[in-house]
Amino acid sequence: MIPDHLNLVPPPLIWGIRLPYQLRWEYVLNNKDWFIDGLLLALEMALIGLAFGSVIGLICAFLHSSGNRVAVAVVTTYVELIRNVPLLLLVFIFHFGLPQAFPRRSTGQELVLDLLPTPERTFMVVLSIYAGAYLTEIFRAGILSVGRRYLDAGRSLGLTRMQIARSITLPIMLRTVLPSLSNTFISLFKDTGIAFFIGVRELSFAANRVNTDFFRPIEGWAAAGLLYLVTAWFLAFGLRFLEGRIKWTV
Amino acid sequence: MEVVWESRELLWQGLEYTLRLFAVVIVLGTAIGILGGVGLLYGHAIIRALLRAYVDIIRGMPLIVTIFILFYGPVAYGINLSSFQSIALALAIFAGAHMSEIVRGAIATIPRGQIDAAKSLGLTFWPRLFSIVLPQALPLMIPPWTNLAVDIFKGTSLAVLVSQADFLFSVQKRASARGHYLAFYMSAMVVYFVCCFAISRAGAWLSRRTRIGLA
Repeated sequence: MIPDHLNLVPPPLIWGIRLPYQLRWEYVLNNKDWFIDGLLLALEMALIGLAFGSVIGLICAFLHSSGNRVAVAVVTTYVELIRNVPLLLLVFIFHFGLPQAFPRRSTGQELVLDLLPTPERTFMVVLSIYAGAYLTEIFRAGILSVGRRYLDAGRSLGLTRMQIARSITLPIMLRTVLPSLSNTFISLFKDTGIAFFIGVRELSFAANRVNTDFFRPIEGWAAAGLLYLVTAWFLAFGLRFLEGRIKWTV
Repeated sequence: MEVVWESRELLWQGLEYTLRLFAVVIVLGTAIGILGGVGLLYGHAIIRALLRAYVDIIRGMPLIVTIFILFYGPVAYGINLSSFQSIALALAIFAGAHMSEIVRGAIATIPRGQIDAAKSLGLTFWPRLFSIVLPQALPLMIPPWTNLAVDIFKGTSLAVLVSQADFLFSVQKRASARGHYLAFYMSAMVVYFVCCFAISRAGAWLSRRTRIGLA
């Protein structure tokens, strides 16, 4: 017997043509909580990815600019490896592969399961590592854009290399990389869309659930797409406005 | 690692699908992008508005939304695309939107004087575009085009979400059949890395070869 909620009425006639598929938005509207919760989780994951990715990126960019051969090699390998591999594969490696790297019930496996207890956590970790590689490139370009004169001025004041990095390069660099940071945030937000594949309840999960529960793929994905689009535009305009409002003291 | 090697034929079938998809998408996407980019700059106001909407909408949504809508949408309205066609179309539309912006940006950097000089030689719009503007704009497009190609290659892995027999799908199938997830996924990482790195190296080589002195 066909369940009640599927309500299989034949699609209506429009100008004498029977449409093969009728859009029924009530399946989306009745379950808008899934979409709202998913959107908030997607934003949260993107924000966490940006925060931890920035930390990774800053450390790697300064290590790279230190000129130490080993550090340069390690950072370059990390950046090139992550940038040339699909995010979905990285998610698979961490979600399915990593617990297998250690023998069953060993301390290593316990540690992995403690660190990555839920798909959400796994995805956030992967997203941070992924964002870190892209942000390393951004911060490196920022470091290179700091004028020679500032560094010479710092050196003539007798500052050590650490002091120059902390109080000259970092603040000047942050001004130039800020627009790239908001672009990265928006693209990370869009990248969260694949997390539903390992069971994270973000926005695409809601769309997929409308498909699997009610066989309404078009409505679900169109609604999710619209939400992604509106949020991305809103973020782009909002962040650009905020960038203009910042009063720089350096 | 022998476990992975034993499955090489099935994995190769998947890689072949991925490479075929990539080839189709890069050709289609570049064609859409060049038309779109020229239209964005020189088109009629209505065409410009439509193209702007297309580019901004596709660029504002994750790729998987485009893939899912084109996977389920046309079939529901009686247009029967094969699953390869629908995913190739989705990726081509995505690539075309990004390529349009690249082409628009490259053409916009051509100095105004070049176009004025072409006009004073009596060249009309199409000869001006094909013999003055595009030959100078193409070398500028190569580095961002290479980045886009790498993104598209990575994007083909999303075919696995609609259960297409692409490389990642075959890796996933073999990994779950043999139970060695880490070995299979690490091998897949190496394959993806080699392919993407080759694309970006080829792009850098092409960029060096076509470098021109632009005032």
